[in-house]
Amino acid sequence: MGKVIVVTSGKGGVGKTTSTAALGAALAQGGDKVVVVDFDVGLRNLDLVMGAERRVVYDLVNVIQGEAKLTQALIRDKRVETLYLLPASQTRDKDNLTPEGVEKVIAALKNAFDWVICDSPAGIERGATLAMRHADVAIVVTNPEVSSVRDSDRIIGLLDSKTLKAENGERMEKHLLLTRYDAARAERGDMLKVDDVLEILSIPLLGIIPESTDVLRASNVGAPVTLADNRCAPALAYFEAVRRLKGENLPVTIPGDKRSFLGKIFGRKAA
Amino acid sequence: MNLFRFFSRPQSAPAARERLQVLLAHERASTGDVDLINKLRDEILKAISKHMQVDDEKVTIKMERGAQVSTLAVDIEIPFDAGKKAA
Ligand SMILES: Nc1ncnc2c1ncn2[C@@H]1O[C@H](COP(=O)(O)OP(=O)(O)OP(=O)(O)O)[C@@H](O)[C@H]1O
Ligand SMILES: [Mg+2]
Repeated sequence: MGKVIVVTSGKGGVGKTTSTAALGAALAQGGDKVVVVDFDVGLRNLDLVMGAERRVVYDLVNVIQGEAKLTQALIRDKRVETLYLLPASQTRDKDNLTPEGVEKVIAALKNAFDWVICDSPAGIERGATLAMRHADVAIVVTNPEVSSVRDSDRIIGLLDSKTLKAENGERMEKHLLLTRYDAARAERGDMLKVDDVLEILSIPLLGIIPESTDVLRASNVGAPVTLADNRCAPALAYFEAVRRLKGENLPVTIPGDKRSFLGKIFGRKAA
Repeated sequence: MNLFRFFSRPQSAPAARERLQVLLAHERASTGDVDLINKLRDEILKAISKHMQVDDEKVTIKMERGAQVSTLAVDIEIPFDAGKKAA
């Protein structure tokens, strides 16, 4: 029986889709069977980040409406054999996502995969609550910035009340993934400190993903960052996050203490 | 950062531009689900179901949308006694 993870945030544009792709790929690169599921109906992007946008045959809504079988909608990654994508619908309304339909799909995926990773849309509406509904584990993606932290707090509240786990009186396992962490800004003292965010949200830290052009490059070429360049800083951070997700007790390193030679010379001038 | 790796990397923006052009051309051309490749997919499946009981697990459909041409591959396992079942 696989584990269902929701990657969620409340606030938009913080790195949910990037993280879903990277964590999913990293798990699959380690040999696990993984499916990443796009819940952002109407504004799908996970297909683009995964580089599968030209190969979408059917989507989540087709499966829920009975127009296609789940196996026909799954797209296998061309680079990693055990990695699959279930795309969202681009053209249909998100009202087509029924709670019963989502439940059936998730149950079937759980049977076939080790990990089912659900990429939540931004916001706290239907799409977001359906994405988190069946989760065993939640990854709360947060940027070290006031409005993102506030929205994460809101989402944590929903995870503790609106999910099946919560309704059954169980505790939802929650992890904080701090993304777009800018070491230079942290050094200047213009960014919320990791400890501050942890203290405010008080959920355990899964990892810190540095702000990096490697992420942009990866999405340009249509590859999860862990596949595009498995030695770049954000990829290494995602690989470590996956080890923690699997239960390893690995200390988190805060990026940026090792500034580069060029950074030392030019870094201070940059505003 | 390793400077050699930094300078030896090809630019990624041209790839992004090309991928977006192909994708958006297809998305703009289709209103709803009715672009040609989707229509063909549905009609081929309908035609098959006229002649045999379609077991969805035995039908694999692959698409690849390209700039000049798209491909549609429908792969069907047809059991020996398929015709009889449908009748
Ligand atoms: N570590 C990072 N370094 C640099 N850019 C990043 C990083 N993480 C994400 N981004 C960029 O931030 C933007 C938003 O990322 P992404 O689409 O993953 O966010 P999202 O939370 O899924 O957004 P939405 O709420 O709209 O679904 C993208 O342009 C992405 O390339
Ligand atoms: Mg997204």
